Amino acid sequence: MKSSVIVFPGSNCDRDISVALEKMQFKNQMVWHKESKLPKSDLIVVPGGFSYGDYLRSGAIAGKSIIINEVIKAANDGCLVLGICNGFQILTETGLLKGVLLRNENLKFINKDINIKVMNNETNFSKKYKKNEILKINIAHNEGNYFTNKEHLNELNEKNLIAFKYCNDEGDVNEKYNPNGSLENIAGIYNSKKNILGMMPHPERMVDKLISNTDGVNLFSSLLN
Amino acid sequence: MKLISEKQPLLILRKNKLKFSVTITLKKDVLDPQGKVVQNTLQNLGMDNLKNIRQGKYFEIDLDDNDQNEAKKKVDDMCKKLLANLIIEDYKVEKI
Repeated sequence: MKSSVIVFPGSNCDRDISVALEKMQFKNQMVWHKESKLPKSDLIVVPGGFSYGDYLRSGAIAGKSIIINEVIKAANDGCLVLGICNGFQILTETGLLKGVLLRNENLKFINKDINIKVMNNETNFSKKYKKNEILKINIAHNEGNYFTNKEHLNELNEKNLIAFKYCNDEGDVNEKYNPNGSLENIAGIYNSKKNILGMMPHPERMVDKLISNTDGVNLFSSLLN
Repeated sequence: MKLISEKQPLLILRKNKLKFSVTITLKKDVLDPQGKVVQNTLQNLGMDNLKNIRQGKYFEIDLDDNDQNEAKKKVDDMCKKLLANLIIEDYKVEKI
């Protein structure tokens, strides 16, 4: 399976995701944002970081870069696209995913391992997980407070497009276990065709017991099958 | 060799320039935690009659254009394409 990781000035999780992908036997290529052609890929990853120093709004400038036009074309043709953290913010700025990520409600940068619940385990990104499985995954962001309009929120719920929700150890989803003020504890969403996933938590940081845990592994192994 | 033509005017005429301001604010129903913190701090400083503060962004934009309507349309386009995120923000364009 071939993957491409898009690299912007200010991306800082591009190496982590590339190590994770290669560990999982993906043939990965790094693609600089000024490229006008995307190598043939089964998966495109928009990595975390602080593209363009978060100028204007997180992800706003990267969302208008040259390579993004190719990412949009590929996504519309059904290519799998994964946006993690700043990558999720970039995908919302391109319009590939609806909604927006606002400043964390408590105005603090949050870096900690939190629990998320797998809400839909029937997608290309999640089929190796069990439904309602609880994962311990790291979050590290300043703008992770997901917001969208009522119509879209209804669509997310009705079409089962919410990928992950923040929860506690037992899987309870409520305001108490919401780290950033995100609408309905949303940690990740799919587009309506479910070929694009945007998520704030970092699964690429959870693929090795030596440094964390392996709760992120199944996301990548789902993609391989 | 003459470097400057004798007929060259002393003052080079400036191109017509139009200047606009763009103010971007969060929509009413979007929580503005930064504005809230600024408000609380001012209230702590004794500004008792302070009711509400919303924080926003401000841009000054110069355009080489003669036609004010055309120029305003371009600034409008800039707001829609990049400067504002219309899901959460409103914008206001003014000639200055």
